[in-house]
Amino acid sequence: MLRAAGLTKQVSSPEGILTILDDVSLNIGRGESVALVGPSGAGKTTLLAILAGLDQPTRGKVWLCGEELTAMDEDGRALLRARRVGFVFQSFHLIQSLTALENVMLPLELAGETRAAVVARETLANVGLSARVGHYPKQLSGGEQQRVAIARAFVMRPEVLFADEPTGNLDSATGDRIGRLLFDLNAEAKTTLVLVTHERDLAARCDRTIRIDAGKVEASEAVA
Amino acid sequence: MKVLGFALRAFRRDLRAGELSILLAAIIVAVTAMTAVGFFTDRVGGAMKDQASQVLAADLVLRSAGPISPGYLSEARGLGLEFAETLAFPTVVVSGEQTTLAAIDAVSDTYPLRGQLTVADTLFGNGRPATGIPARGEAWAEPGLLGRLGLEVGASVSVGERSLVITRVLQYKPDQNIGFINLAPGLMVNLADVPSFGVVKPGSRVTYNQMYAGSDAQIAEFRAQIKPRLRPDEALRGREDAGEQINAAIDRAQRFLTLASLVTVILAAVAAAMAARRYALRHLDNIALLKTLGATQAFVIAVTVTELGFVIALTSVIGVLLGYGAQYGLAVIAAEFVGFVLPPASGRPFLLGVLTAATVVVGFALPHLLSIGTTPPLRVLRKDLPPPRLSAALTYGVALAAIGALVLVIVRDPLLLGLIAGGVVGTAIVAFGLGWLLVRALSRFRGAAGIAWRYGLANIARRGGESVVQIVAFGLSLMVLLLLGVVRNDILKTWEQTLPANAPNQFMINIEPDQLQGLKAFFQAEVGQEPFSLPLIRGRLTGVNGKPVKDVKVANAQGAAFLQREANLTWTDTLPASNVVTAGEWWGSGYSGPLQLSLDAELATNLGVKVGDSLTFNVAGEDIRAPITSLRVIEWDSFQPNFYVVLSPGVAADLPQTYLASAYVPRDRVEMLSRLVRQFPGVTVLDLEVILSQVRSVIDKASMAVQYVFLFTLLAGIVVLLAAIQLTRDERRFESAILHTLGAARRKILQGVAVEFVTLGSLAGVLAAVGATLLGWGLATYAFKLDYTVSALLWPLGLVTGALIVGITGTLATRKAVNEPPVAVLRDR
Repeated sequence: MLRAAGLTKQVSSPEGILTILDDVSLNIGRGESVALVGPSGAGKTTLLAILAGLDQPTRGKVWLCGEELTAMDEDGRALLRARRVGFVFQSFHLIQSLTALENVMLPLELAGETRAAVVARETLANVGLSARVGHYPKQLSGGEQQRVAIARAFVMRPEVLFADEPTGNLDSATGDRIGRLLFDLNAEAKTTLVLVTHERDLAARCDRTIRIDAGKVEASEAVA
Repeated sequence: MKVLGFALRAFRRDLRAGELSILLAAIIVAVTAMTAVGFFTDRVGGAMKDQASQVLAADLVLRSAGPISPGYLSEARGLGLEFAETLAFPTVVVSGEQTTLAAIDAVSDTYPLRGQLTVADTLFGNGRPATGIPARGEAWAEPGLLGRLGLEVGASVSVGERSLVITRVLQYKPDQNIGFINLAPGLMVNLADVPSFGVVKPGSRVTYNQMYAGSDAQIAEFRAQIKPRLRPDEALRGREDAGEQINAAIDRAQRFLTLASLVTVILAAVAAAMAARRYALRHLDNIALLKTLGATQAFVIAVTVTELGFVIALTSVIGVLLGYGAQYGLAVIAAEFVGFVLPPASGRPFLLGVLTAATVVVGFALPHLLSIGTTPPLRVLRKDLPPPRLSAALTYGVALAAIGALVLVIVRDPLLLGLIAGGVVGTAIVAFGLGWLLVRALSRFRGAAGIAWRYGLANIARRGGESVVQIVAFGLSLMVLLLLGVVRNDILKTWEQTLPANAPNQFMINIEPDQLQGLKAFFQAEVGQEPFSLPLIRGRLTGVNGKPVKDVKVANAQGAAFLQREANLTWTDTLPASNVVTAGEWWGSGYSGPLQLSLDAELATNLGVKVGDSLTFNVAGEDIRAPITSLRVIEWDSFQPNFYVVLSPGVAADLPQTYLASAYVPRDRVEMLSRLVRQFPGVTVLDLEVILSQVRSVIDKASMAVQYVFLFTLLAGIVVLLAAIQLTRDERRFESAILHTLGAARRKILQGVAVEFVTLGSLAGVLAAVGATLLGWGLATYAFKLDYTVSALLWPLGLVTGALIVGITGTLATRKAVNEPPVAVLRDR
């Protein structure tokens, strides 16, 4: 489903060339859930960005759903994301001027879906926010905002879901509930899940953990 | 379709969230200012064009300063044309002790050949189409004449030796003077009565007209037939000539007012650019998110452009509606001097509105908004990625090109466009330089007072660039308002004070040579002093160095204009006191040799002639030719009668001529003027004070109209202020929250904000006062040659107005950001 070969990412800095990812290769199967873990600054988020086509590697290739992402231009990658990819972010990234419902409708509208409101309403019901559809992000708690973001990620029934520290901004009880919701929906939709996290519990829910350190894959182990 | 729907939803949401408010306000102000002027000038233009078809009251008019051969009338009859005759001259009309200057229109039975007279039975009664013309012994008076003499219909007035009964109020005649100044109200009389007035003598200032009407073919044939035989002082005017002149006049007024409103458009555009920048910065994250969710760059750009299309549509509609409302203000101000009812406006200014909105959007908002299309999607993960860079050359280039294109559409003249561009850039450099100096000077006072002062002044210095923009935006509009409101009056008053107390205030023309001695004796007896008098000969320049003028190439347009009109000549052996000979030699007193000419030096330049050349003038059908023997520089504002062309005495004394005279008559002795016109019928008295007060009233109204247009500029200045505040809103919220957290009371923070805006406004006031003083001084010294002292009112007025408007608006607009609870603000970060 998702394959990377020899990914290297270098940026120039005042101290010279900085290598963030160093020859990373990995393979993630359909329906598999994988946690990218490691210390801060290890290159997890950069790897996630490249796997999702948000950033380009200096060297190496990425295939997503059988298509070579690294051979496409930015618009090509955007179109691929529109069809097959969903995102959940640490800071939710909801548009402040839109209501919960409108935020969830956004990807549907981008795809030209005519029943956007109906579908979005159903999805919000699935994450338990039926009563909050008309609220603006400001009027929602952190946990509720992340549930809106999850609804937005799942509303397009993506084949791959990328999540960057999805519980990082939440207290542990809320984080726990959000984690459960994320995995329940994932199991139900059989989505491939790639997750960057510091939370052991969240990583433990995944099928596999890939440990990154100093830009290299240190270990890839199946969760017992 | 997808783009359209998405853009429409985005537009609705942005409207609801207030994201577009300032941008919309800026464009609406620009469109309103442009279309208010557009609708108004369109209505005036429409009124004048409606009249253009009947402006001659005929299809063809033959006009002359002397009697026209009746032979032409028989020829016209022979061709089957209709015809009429009129005679027009200014004279004094007397009613009891009251006198006033009137424009007499003596008309024949068939007048008007085209169009219709409108008359009423009482001063402000309902108008109705007239049948025929005034009967013999009767007159129809324009409202202004009745008003000045305090008369009603039914009263009698004297014109020369004849008494006439006013039987109608003349509300409209097709060939009335179209222009903004009509100094003498009209009195229409029967042509057959004119000889009995005893005022029209050879050499009197009279315009003779023969009018003809018929089919286009008949008119063309007649025109071709008589044209070769016309005397130099006879001129033919057709409908199309009249239309052309009117169009040119409308065009000039339209361009001037439109350019005045262009200042508003430029300021509003600056506000729009600021608002668009803030919109772009706030939407960076949203764009990155959209791209993460799969939107392509082309889609993002298409949505942005479409949304801006909605912005143009919405602002055009609202702006045009407001502009239509606002033009009523201009129409009310102008009603008095336009002097006729304005027709409804056409739809054309709507296009101007759309064009204005599109210019502001494309030139000033679009570059900022397009730049966010290139936001990388990675920004959703890496907030520290900088916003896309916008090339300065591109931003300013597009803005200048857009404004340039708009100006070109308005003025349709690349040279004028260049001059305007130079003027705008020059003004901007000077204004920004001054603004920058003011902001710099301010930092010296920072340590002077408490925390509120320090905080307020620090804000101005820190946002230096934006502060200067705000000071300039306000300063410029205030400057124009001060210039028109205060400096104009000052200059007028200063000028009036320079007039000697006993400067001539009464001018008399059409004095027959045999009346001159009697007139002198009359003044000697009444006011103890003889009037100053000079002979007046009317002639037309027909040749230069023996060549007919049609073959002569003059130096410039003023020279060409001189060839088109009847000139006033005089003769004297004494060089007038206000003249200095700069070339050649004055003939000296007692000279009676061959005829010589002395020319105004400027006229000589305009005509391209010099001492030694000879000129030929046609005076009452007779050609006189003489060499130019001297050039003079004339001080025109000396209040003495002055002449471009002076002839040497001798031969000139035998030419057909009248006299003009000037005298000072104390205000309490003006009643003697009615005795004067009775005793010397035909002499026309012009009261300078009456004329001046009329001119002043016209200037007042005209500058009020321009001030009205600049009120929109002030409004645009306020929008610039609001846009600047909006741009710094997030920063201000955060800073206020920090200050609150550190224990500063809300009052203290608000005081700081008030200090900031009151100071900004005061600086704008200083800029305005400096500008108005300099411009006023420059105009007074160089254009009007007056010693100008700044009005004591100018500086305080500028300072207080600026401080109040900017202080109040700025503080109110910032209050909300300051009042937010700190915890909410800090959590947002």
